Amino acid sequence: MEQAALYFATMLTLAGIYAALALGLNLQWGLTGLMNFGGLGFVAMGAYTAALLTAPASPMHLGGFGWPWWVAWPLAALAGAALALPIGAIALRLRADYLAIATIGIAEIVRLAVRNEDWLTGGPLGVPGIPRPFEALGLPWGQFAYLALVAAVVAGLFALAQATARSPFGRALRAVRDDEEAAKAVGKNPARLRLQAFVLGAACMGLGGAMLAAFFKFMGPDALDPVTTTFLVWVMLIAGGSGNNAGAVIGAIAVWAVWAATDWLAGQLPGELATRAAYVRLFLIGLALQVILLTRPQGLIGERIGAQR
Amino acid sequence: MESLVNFYLIPGLVLGAIYAMSATGLSLIYGVMRFAHFAHGELLSFGAYAALIVVRGLGISPLAAIPVAIGATIPLAWAADRAFYARLRRSLPAVLLISSFATALMIRAVLYLAFGPTPMSYGVGIVPPLAWAGFRIQQRHAWIILGAATAALLLHLLLSRSRAGRAMRAMADDPDLARITGVNVDAVIRLTWAVAAALAATAGVFLGIDTELQPIMGFNVLLASFAAAILGGIGRPWGSALGGLILGLAEELSSYPLLDGAPLLSPAYKTGVAFAVLVLMLIVRPQGLFRGMG
Repeated sequence: MEQAALYFATMLTLAGIYAALALGLNLQWGLTGLMNFGGLGFVAMGAYTAALLTAPASPMHLGGFGWPWWVAWPLAALAGAALALPIGAIALRLRADYLAIATIGIAEIVRLAVRNEDWLTGGPLGVPGIPRPFEALGLPWGQFAYLALVAAVVAGLFALAQATARSPFGRALRAVRDDEEAAKAVGKNPARLRLQAFVLGAACMGLGGAMLAAFFKFMGPDALDPVTTTFLVWVMLIAGGSGNNAGAVIGAIAVWAVWAATDWLAGQLPGELATRAAYVRLFLIGLALQVILLTRPQGLIGERIGAQR
Repeated sequence: MESLVNFYLIPGLVLGAIYAMSATGLSLIYGVMRFAHFAHGELLSFGAYAALIVVRGLGISPLAAIPVAIGATIPLAWAADRAFYARLRRSLPAVLLISSFATALMIRAVLYLAFGPTPMSYGVGIVPPLAWAGFRIQQRHAWIILGAATAALLLHLLLSRSRAGRAMRAMADDPDLARITGVNVDAVIRLTWAVAAALAATAGVFLGIDTELQPIMGFNVLLASFAAAILGGIGRPWGSALGGLILGLAEELSSYPLLDGAPLLSPAYKTGVAFAVLVLMLIVRPQGLFRGMG
């Protein structure tokens, strides 16, 4: 019974972290129409920032300051934003697809740097011993308390995202997405608005990375994988309904439930088949995305602009 | 001098030829259909593995297997277009882009299922290099450069001399004008996919000959291919080909020990060169070397 509750809490914690990532992507793609295919880069920035600030001192990597999480997490969000600022400033002036290409590039560079700069990140060995908030409470309560913390952060992000979507700023973002010329004509500065949305979304992803690092208690180059860190979040947002914050959260939870359930099912298969099942899953995410795009492009719950006022 | 040519310039040209073929296809697709095709890398991988099957089954050389690779990859591109892209033609380019991304995941998953993640090779064995006065070139490298040059010549003939090629260029210049002057849009789209897939499959086989085969091999050159296409001016096939050559050379030369034996850039970051060039280009001359489409 306790085992089941623990497993459930773990899965819900991860779903919550994904919800944070999906909210960030919704701000970028859903609201503003910016294609970020490099989620991994911003998540990694946040994850490593939090890891190096909170982990105990070690000669194997930089930092290890043992700072408390509530100092490190906001800085992790800032780190995600700091990575987005220059790349956004360059790529956002141009065609939308250039941003997609540039963000893939930045994720690739971050991956290379994380793997090769041993002095900074511990290289392939990564950063071990990252403390998780409330773990002193022991099991299972420490796990539940961490879930509550993640849930509180996501609730906060959701409230902020809702406020943003309803604010004049959010309306301006949608205007830029839907008709840039009209937005310009009424005196909006599309380049500036896009950059703001891009940086804010990247901050969400950085914060998600920090929560992920504390959850794993470890961060290394293999802990983040583009399939689960970038593409799965896209599926979540598009399935839930881009442009709608509730859709982003519901999509994250629903897709994660399917993902975790199929992972558990695959784990029941004997060795060789289990690896193959992972590839079948990869195929199915692709297919699911296609089917949603073709049959229900607005997602489970579409964008409701009128109802938000 | 010899070492510069043997170990940097020739490998750079080989890599550049592979990028060029991939980028030219991307550029053609962009020109005719106006979207960034993110499954292009997977077309390379698919072609490479299709060739592997006949190389292993019939014991022929991978070069002789190129027609098989092309013959397998063109229907795949047509099928993806039919099943997904054609239905989304009226949507925003972003939706097509995401759809092509999903296609990439599907093709990659099939390759993983069929061949597994372990690197494979065509198993050509060791062939002595061709040597001339201190200069050496691996035979496989000579074939790749020759093959890419042939592909460029064929593409040139198609685009400049044939009616179908002219229709393709007309679509790229002005789709509406092309349509009202009686260009068969569907046929042009089918031809574009065929040309791009043939170039991608050939590039994939070359990449497999030069290094090894992995389901992720094509995705690994996707970023460089896009960078090459943007460098040359997206939608301009010849610009993209030149962009590919420049990027391949830049990548290999970046680790040239110019300063007292230390490489200019640690080879671990070689794949970052394409990205650096891309960013530089986006800052300095976003329209590309040859003015691409806006």
